[in-house]
Amino acid sequence: MAKIELKNVRKSYGAVEVIKGIDLEIRKGEFMVFVGPSGCGKSTLLRLISGLEGITSGDLVFDGERVNNVLPSNRGIAMVFQSYALYPHMKVYDNMAFGMKLAGASKDERDKRVREAARLLQIEHLLDRLPRQLSGGQRQRVAIGRAITRDPRVFLFDEPLSNLDAALRVATRLEIAKLHHDMSDVTMVYVTHDQVEAMTLADRICVLRDGRVEQVGTPSELYEAPANVFVAGFIGSPKMNFLKGRFAEAETCATLGIRSEHIDLVDGPGPDVWTGKVVHGEDLGSDNYVFVDIGAEEPVLVRQPGKLNTPLGTELHLRPQPQNIHRFGEDDRPVEVRRPEMA
Amino acid sequence: MSHADMVPEAANAPKSPPPEVNAGSGEAELQRQRIRAAYLFLLPMLVMLALVAAWPLFRSIAFSFTDASANTIFNGESEWVGFDNYVERSVRSNGEVRWRGVLVDGDWWNAVWNTVRFSLVSVGLELVLGMLVALVLNAEFKGRGLVRAAILIPWAIPTVVSARMWGWMLNDQFGVINYMMMGVGLIDRPIAWTASSDTAMIAVLIVDVWKTTPFMALLILAGLQMVPRDMYEAAKIDGIHPVKVFFKVTLPLIRPAILVAVIFRALDALRIFDLIYLLTPQSDSTVTMSVLSYRELQQFGDYGEGSTMSTLLFLIITGFVLLYLKIGRVDLAGDKG
Repeated sequence: MAKIELKNVRKSYGAVEVIKGIDLEIRKGEFMVFVGPSGCGKSTLLRLISGLEGITSGDLVFDGERVNNVLPSNRGIAMVFQSYALYPHMKVYDNMAFGMKLAGASKDERDKRVREAARLLQIEHLLDRLPRQLSGGQRQRVAIGRAITRDPRVFLFDEPLSNLDAALRVATRLEIAKLHHDMSDVTMVYVTHDQVEAMTLADRICVLRDGRVEQVGTPSELYEAPANVFVAGFIGSPKMNFLKGRFAEAETCATLGIRSEHIDLVDGPGPDVWTGKVVHGEDLGSDNYVFVDIGAEEPVLVRQPGKLNTPLGTELHLRPQPQNIHRFGEDDRPVEVRRPEMA
Repeated sequence: MSHADMVPEAANAPKSPPPEVNAGSGEAELQRQRIRAAYLFLLPMLVMLALVAAWPLFRSIAFSFTDASANTIFNGESEWVGFDNYVERSVRSNGEVRWRGVLVDGDWWNAVWNTVRFSLVSVGLELVLGMLVALVLNAEFKGRGLVRAAILIPWAIPTVVSARMWGWMLNDQFGVINYMMMGVGLIDRPIAWTASSDTAMIAVLIVDVWKTTPFMALLILAGLQMVPRDMYEAAKIDGIHPVKVFFKVTLPLIRPAILVAVIFRALDALRIFDLIYLLTPQSDSTVTMSVLSYRELQQFGDYGEGSTMSTLLFLIITGFVLLYLKIGRVDLAGDKG
């Protein structure tokens, strides 16, 4: 249980600055997700919080106490690594008890904590095995269990699911969400490059790019009101359609953004209706993705539920839902301009 | 850790059926072709090994059962003497029983003892020093590449050169080592390092440790670099003291590398010849099995007895390696993840 504050935190490796002044507050018991493309500094930021890397300048504050120079082991954190970082020569039980054992916890205390964590994660039957005898998902659960035994006030996850296959990723994601419910007083910070993970797990998301915070907000805030073109493009799947040129000018903005699920098919041409031919289709069973060439730089992606009979070359008329149009100015930030005829 | 040895999440998932053996003649034919190709690829290697390893070894062992000498070895006049080179019992006319042969030869057992002593001490010292050097080289600091290269220099110098070099440095009259030790008052008169029977073994050990520690360090360094960095980070977050991390995490993880490094070095040490032959040629306190066997063969021309010693050396080394593999449970095949 800790409130974490970052005040103008910077990190440089030699002349290269990778974290360029981050101000952020992570609330007590919150599940905060750092998300961003590769190289945006999200893992570095997590490592600064953990203390595995030193902070070049700025303050890191846990519950009002500046911890810049506090050893990782004294910060009350536990970390789950992408590669699990289990000790390969120790059994699962010893892996989980190792830290406590050397910290001088009594044998009963150790045993109690290990068994409690194992029960929580349903890995009791694996305690006598070596890590190499476990599957990826089991290893990840052991790594999480090891972190739980530390009884941390802050839980740090560094891309914990990226070494798992797709099905296991979804299952483990669910378990982490459940863990957050069970340990609601523990602050969790989670790093991922996968915006779906971010959207499904987070109380709040911090979108990072190039060592800077682009936007912090709840998943729905980020989805509904992205602070700029980058966040709009990064959050949401499939990616938002961006239109420039005459399509944007019609909405008096430099870039028009519209999500694929916010485009309706209409019967015929009309004002604010785009017409074009189908150039590609993807049938996902529950949804249909249709790519329509309306004369913009890239085809517009339309998402329609259920079955759709639109062979290649079919002419379609698309009407973007006016209330869901995102308008961005030259500076990539949203502009609040009503359309001329509605003004 | 490969994916192959992971236990699947659902343990009762249906196993893939075993490959059908008689799934048609086509498959069997393919299998035969593969085996033929495999032998074809192996053939040059097998021929090579037979010529340069198996045949000389066999000849050597065969000679140890003959009375071959420099005069008879090439004209085939040497005679079969059974185990007489190893141990022979003879009864003299006055009824006295005499034993002769390598196995009852005091010089031989002295050489065995010298060799074993040399191997244990040199490999032990090299392991500890090599580990220290490897740990330093594994740390990140400026100019690490340069230091890594520099540390290999002793290993790169030919033994002949380093033996001569150290021979001079250890010289009793002009040697820089005596000069320095007297300078700081460690000794009050020069020591004849290589000539005196008390110090000859120490001299040999100094040179061998100096020369081969870099090799040991390099092998251990390779092992250290296999330890994932996040293992140390996990330990850091757990707040485990670095010394404990070394003994509880690092050491068990680099154990396979250490076992291989030690066996490499031990095999070399048990066969040591060049350094001793060059540095302390006449000293009984350093003569090893290889040196003795060489003397018997080349200087005395007694091929029978020399071959016997070589064969015994071979058996001793084999026995040692088997014992080591069993005790260390070394996995040379690399089957275990």
